[in-house]
Amino acid sequence: MSNTVQTNLNLVKEKALEIRINSLKMIHAAKSGHPGGSLSIADLLSSLYFGGHMKYNPQNPQAEDRDILVVSKGHSSPAVYSTLGLAGFFNIEETINFRKLGSPFQGHIDSIRVPGVEISTGSLGHGLSNANGFAIAAKLDNNKKKVFAILSDGELQEGQSWEAFMAAAHFKLDNLVAIIDRNRIQLDGWTEETMALDSLEDKLKAFNWNTLVIDGHNPEEIDQALNKAYELAAANNMPVAIIANTVKGKGVSFMEDQVSWHGVAPKDEDLAKALEELK
Amino acid sequence: MGAAIESSSEKIATRAAYGKTLLELGKENKDIVVFDADLSGSTQTKHFAKEFPERFFNMGIAEANMVSTAAGLAKAGKIPFVSSFAMFATGRAWEQVRNSVAHNHANVKICATHSGLTVGEDGASHQIIEDIAIMKAIPSMTVIVPADSVETEQVIRAVAEYNGPVYVRLGRAAVPVIYDDNYKFEIGKADVLREGTDATIVATGVMVSRALEAAQIASSQGKSIEVINVASIKPLDTETIVKSANNTKKVITAEEHNIWGGLGDSVASAILENASEKVSFKRLGVNDLFGQSGKAEELLEHYELTAERLLSLV
Repeated sequence: MSNTVQTNLNLVKEKALEIRINSLKMIHAAKSGHPGGSLSIADLLSSLYFGGHMKYNPQNPQAEDRDILVVSKGHSSPAVYSTLGLAGFFNIEETINFRKLGSPFQGHIDSIRVPGVEISTGSLGHGLSNANGFAIAAKLDNNKKKVFAILSDGELQEGQSWEAFMAAAHFKLDNLVAIIDRNRIQLDGWTEETMALDSLEDKLKAFNWNTLVIDGHNPEEIDQALNKAYELAAANNMPVAIIANTVKGKGVSFMEDQVSWHGVAPKDEDLAKALEELK
Repeated sequence: MGAAIESSSEKIATRAAYGKTLLELGKENKDIVVFDADLSGSTQTKHFAKEFPERFFNMGIAEANMVSTAAGLAKAGKIPFVSSFAMFATGRAWEQVRNSVAHNHANVKICATHSGLTVGEDGASHQIIEDIAIMKAIPSMTVIVPADSVETEQVIRAVAEYNGPVYVRLGRAAVPVIYDDNYKFEIGKADVLREGTDATIVATGVMVSRALEAAQIASSQGKSIEVINVASIKPLDTETIVKSANNTKKVITAEEHNIWGGLGDSVASAILENASEKVSFKRLGVNDLFGQSGKAEELLEHYELTAERLLSLV
């Protein structure tokens, strides 16, 4: 993997805020969607796209030297579409048609309709396998691109996730960084009450992954962890998992850590209040 | 019309032809990568694995991960061939085939062996008779069932050329060679193997040779039977099938699959929607039963997937 990336942390913070604001506007306009998990990954997406960690080309989304991001938690589509819009893959104003008939902005991220989305997801537990596929392909081509995957914590209850963790280590996919959005909430409640995942780091270590645990809302920590990940992967030729401790609904006080905001759209007054807080 | 070698007694398993063709394709196209789930000896991907170890991935006994990983490689421009037993490649990993592969228009070829009753002694847990139904129900999925080794080679070459998700249903048991080397398979085309006027047998897979056998016996009894091999179950060659149905006004379908959701249902729909004549119609398949252990040949007899049974229906 390539060396340390220099990051403009102010830009990352600014873009993360824009991702949050646009995501909420999209979900409000659609009257449906998933605010909680979009807000929890806004800082991670911003670091990847605007912190200099991902190489991409909006004019040529399929450019051979681009880095790859697989977002396995396809329901966080508002944050992903907002990020890609801000990155210049399309006019971000179009995302206001999210979830409407005929709009490219499907409820769960769609690779056929939206430039910059590498692979459609939505059914949980597929994404790390998909990312492994991209990582294997890059190795076959001797292409030095990086492959990132953003996984939800809840989806790690799917057995396929662990098949994929096992395979990534088996094939020594040192071009792969998986970031786990550890917001500890899933649709029915807390992950630890629904189906406990802890100790997640121990499980990943047991699967022979490098691990890092960070505050997933601190741009400096995210930046440092990504740089550290490239080093670790290069040092032992193994993939890296970054457990990003996050807060579901982060940035909007009444949504934070609230199970009820997993998949509910803000009403007019909720949106106004949220935008006021985010300003 | 295909060139049928009716006197041939040579028998080759379609999986053997698959393994051989995959090895040849590997030499011709560097983008071809192969995945298996701990069954490379049985599925015959071992030949490719030996020659191209860097492009062969044994994924262990984890079919869901295998299929979704292949989708990632396809999105990165590779042409993954994915093999396991049909039970697991289509049944265990159906949701991955649907969401990771088909919904992404990923150029993945699911070439699964050991389909149907002719798996034999392993019994019902491994004898999938539902795969055609569950694969053809997926939007944009192409479904192909070759009848012999010659057609298998043609099919594997055709699907490698075609850009899109495909399911190819292959078998464990050796089956009679029907075609000679002049045969050319095309996706979406059925092959009229034998022309006739009194009835049409529309068959797929291992039942094609049995349909030819039935037609031959019928001929000695003064009956003229048309035999159509439908390897391309989806897309279906409605034109060829309906034309024959209008001519003979009697159609019998034959397949090593549950009568529900297989070739028979597709042919029935095609005729009901398109035939101008009144056509009598019967399906021969596994009559909504699970299989059991036994030799391939014995199982086909036991479940009445025979030339004799076809004769009784024409």
